[in-house]
Amino acid sequence: MNSVINGPVYADIPKPAFQPGPAGTHITIRGLTKYFAGWPLYENFDLDIPKGKIVSIFGPNGCGKSTLINMISGLVPIDKGEILFDGKSLKDTKIGYVFQNYREALFPWMRTIDNIAYPLKLEGKSKNEVDRRMEELVASFDVKFDLNRYPYELSGGQQQTASIMRALAPKPEVLFLDEPFSALDFEMTLFIREKLQEVFIQTGTTMMLVSHDLEEAVYLADQVLLLTKRPTSIAEILHYNDPRPRTVATLSEANFVATKKRSLEVFQREVRR
Amino acid sequence: MTRETSSAETTAPAPWQSNDTAAYAPTQQRFDWGKALPLVGPMVLLLVWDLVVRFGLIKPILLPAPIDTLLTLINGMAGPVLLPHFWVTLERTLYAFAIATAVGMPLGIALGSNERAYRSVEFVIDFFRSTPASALIPLFLLIFGINNINKVAIAAFGAFLIVIFNCAYGVINARKQRVAAAKVMGASRWQIFKDVLFWESLQPTFVGLRSAVSMALVIVVVAEMFIGSENGLGHKIIDAQQVMNVRVMYAAIMAAGILGYALNVLFLALEKRVVHWSGR
Repeated sequence: MNSVINGPVYADIPKPAFQPGPAGTHITIRGLTKYFAGWPLYENFDLDIPKGKIVSIFGPNGCGKSTLINMISGLVPIDKGEILFDGKSLKDTKIGYVFQNYREALFPWMRTIDNIAYPLKLEGKSKNEVDRRMEELVASFDVKFDLNRYPYELSGGQQQTASIMRALAPKPEVLFLDEPFSALDFEMTLFIREKLQEVFIQTGTTMMLVSHDLEEAVYLADQVLLLTKRPTSIAEILHYNDPRPRTVATLSEANFVATKKRSLEVFQREVRR
Repeated sequence: MTRETSSAETTAPAPWQSNDTAAYAPTQQRFDWGKALPLVGPMVLLLVWDLVVRFGLIKPILLPAPIDTLLTLINGMAGPVLLPHFWVTLERTLYAFAIATAVGMPLGIALGSNERAYRSVEFVIDFFRSTPASALIPLFLLIFGINNINKVAIAAFGAFLIVIFNCAYGVINARKQRVAAAKVMGASRWQIFKDVLFWESLQPTFVGLRSAVSMALVIVVVAEMFIGSENGLGHKIIDAQQVMNVRVMYAAIMAAGILGYALNVLFLALEKRVVHWSGR
């Protein structure tokens, strides 16, 4: 009944076959498209994020670094495309997210320890399981401040430490970090950066880090993902393989300096374009 | 709305300060004049009042001396002249407030968490919120008759609109990032509502509750002034005025002022306890 005789012919453009990423890929992004106010921010964007590595995202202002991880983590809806975690959808994947603004990410009506345990309570874990996991986390973070306090009673660095602990509590497969250091003073930045490195060495959790500090981006990364201006595409992916733990000495090593220099060159090329 | 928001700003507790400054203060005990500053206003007011009466600038039949008024107030509050009326007014205000909160809070939170639902009733709420509730007293008199229920009902109605408005806006304007944080941790809609939105809305809700209790008192006092009332501070004020008993009239006005002020202080203290994170 619903076929029109001699109607115009409509044909759908066949969807491109799904191209899996290389071996060891964790997150596969295919044909990602996102429009902002009618302008393309991402158009047919493909990316493979390796498993068990730290990927730093760096690029010009407004190119959508944060938007990229927000789309992957499901905080910003996408217009088109596919994002898979080891072949699974986001729904079946445990993720952690650390916000830049820890003040508005923690819940001030809960004690800090309850904030950290909150994702476990969402999972319906028993009191025993929660307590055991909290013990583990407190030990591995070597927490020196009082977790019975409310978040607003802690310093910025302590609050961000708690945010990271909360994100890691359910043992996520991927940890997203959106400029986690930019609201902290230098001392706290160094401290939390080291903590993050320690956690990564311990757990090997895949991490995606948005950063506006190139040195920090390279220091923590296995891969530096450099983006272009919008519509955003990949300018270059730099690999940085110095062994961990990296230290202050790493900052002056030839490999580090070269990677940083190369990143800066690409960045400047993209900004001028 | 302007009134609510401005009071929200002014009531936010001062930022945390170190106690260390005490260590640098001079050791000798000096009287701290800074603490006496809030007393300056009332003292000046009483002084001007006294002088105005003393020099006969206003006839004593219109304005009694402050000391006489204060004595009438104290004696009245200690005896049958004012105290029963004070309790009746307080009782009506609290009844009205309790009804307004019990109905307005759940409804406001529910409306706020469904913005489409709120938008569809926004005009009605805003319209009645903008209508002076006192203008509706005669209507309520018609419906409920001249009795206690009428006064409580009209006050509850006025307070209810304030509660529902503030609760709904509190939920609507919850910090997006906290909601995002819960969402990214895998919280369901219901979990986001009970663990984040509800708590986020508490601070504006309390601002609403404080305005609502003031509104309830205002309407109760006005309603008590209508013909047929037998008690309450509003009745006492109009009664004293009719027989030109100005001392009692002023004393009753002051008692109403004390009641309003005390309720406000009480709710501020309550807010500070419950919404302990407010302003931090």
